[in-house]
Amino acid sequence: MKKVYESASEALNGVLHEGMTIAAGGFGLCGIPELLIDAIVESGVKDLTVASNNCGVDGFGLGKLLDTKQIKKMMSSYVGENAEFMRQYLSGELELEFNPQGTLAERMRAGGCGIPGFYTKTGVGTVIAEGKEHKDFDGQTYILERGIFADLSIVKAWKADTTGNAVFRKTARNFNPPAAMCGKICIMEVEEIVEPGELDGDHIHLPGIYVHRLIQGNHEKRIEQRTTRTREDA
Amino acid sequence: MPWDRNQMAERAAQELEDGMYVNLGIGIPTLVANYVGDKDITLQSENGMLGMGPFPFDGEEDPDLINAGKQTITELRRTSYFDSAQSFGMIRGGKIAAAILGAMEVSEQGDLANWMIPGKLVKGMGGAMDLVAGVGRVIVIMDHTNKHGDSKLLKECTLPLTGKAVVDRVITNLGVLDVTHKGLHIQELAPGVTREDMIAATEAKIV
Repeated sequence: MKKVYESASEALNGVLHEGMTIAAGGFGLCGIPELLIDAIVESGVKDLTVASNNCGVDGFGLGKLLDTKQIKKMMSSYVGENAEFMRQYLSGELELEFNPQGTLAERMRAGGCGIPGFYTKTGVGTVIAEGKEHKDFDGQTYILERGIFADLSIVKAWKADTTGNAVFRKTARNFNPPAAMCGKICIMEVEEIVEPGELDGDHIHLPGIYVHRLIQGNHEKRIEQRTTRTREDA
Repeated sequence: MPWDRNQMAERAAQELEDGMYVNLGIGIPTLVANYVGDKDITLQSENGMLGMGPFPFDGEEDPDLINAGKQTITELRRTSYFDSAQSFGMIRGGKIAAAILGAMEVSEQGDLANWMIPGKLVKGMGGAMDLVAGVGRVIVIMDHTNKHGDSKLLKECTLPLTGKAVVDRVITNLGVLDVTHKGLHIQELAPGVTREDMIAATEAKIV
């Protein structure tokens, strides 16, 4: 069981194909799989459908895959930080499927749990509900949302052992576990790979069963909105 | 004098009770955190955190620690972290007592529009639809009228909805209104604002 690969491009070898669906972890630029995104840009694979809460910013994160026009469709909840995204969307080059954020997360989690659909109150009475099955339970109306089954998951964790047991750090966890769960193959990049036993089994956030390939590397971890207070405010 | 932004936030903070888990939206709702005083309130950030702390001191920013507005923040001793599916599980599951959100329009039935203006740049709903569908109580803070002086409290919303019949209470610069089956009921008026002033500034039915 060899999970550890030398580089992102080696880990992606034989996995990428045109028209595939990729689930990506991250919230804004926090906890995004920077190294795997760069390697996908390098591969040149096209017509991708990407399920990710956001689409990076201009020139960073998934924004890089927009610049190279490798994305055909995005499934996201919020795409406000990206001018190139808007340009491609408004010109019809890029498809966009808006999902409420919790619905997107649950669609990934459900896909990973073998659940093809679930009912939720989120979006009832809005454009999100149009064309979806409605069903009443105990006097309340719900809509049917589908699980996401991705061809590939690309995620980022803080540390993992060589068997893929992973630990995330603070709010960089976000969409990474549900995204990891819903792919046929999941590739994870981490800041540090350690030996089995070095992570406490009681403190694992994502068990290694979900992780097929693993790489270690340096992350830029760019901050989107640097907000601070002065000592005098405190 | 109608309330200013900070006074609206201060009034909204009165809605919060000791022990509540609360989600604050972006904009004026964020200011509510400044007025909770001694009350034991735990703030949720829907990107995966309970127990949100203040902004970091200069030089102490952590790229792995941000709020739902993507701003750098800090943790508290009580903080816990979780993934987005669990975060919205607690929202959808009704575990969050209240959300305080901004709005573009609210209707007299409690419909809320706050995510999209057709023909303009569309950024997305983020977690707003999940929050209004799931939390115990939805409180809106907004200016009573738009920049043209038109009422933002309407008989029917004109913009695409975030949720239907989801708003419980609206706090504006003119006062506090509750959504009832018959229409909006004035709970409180800002100092110097009369009931007549409020009715004149409001398109929605006031009962």
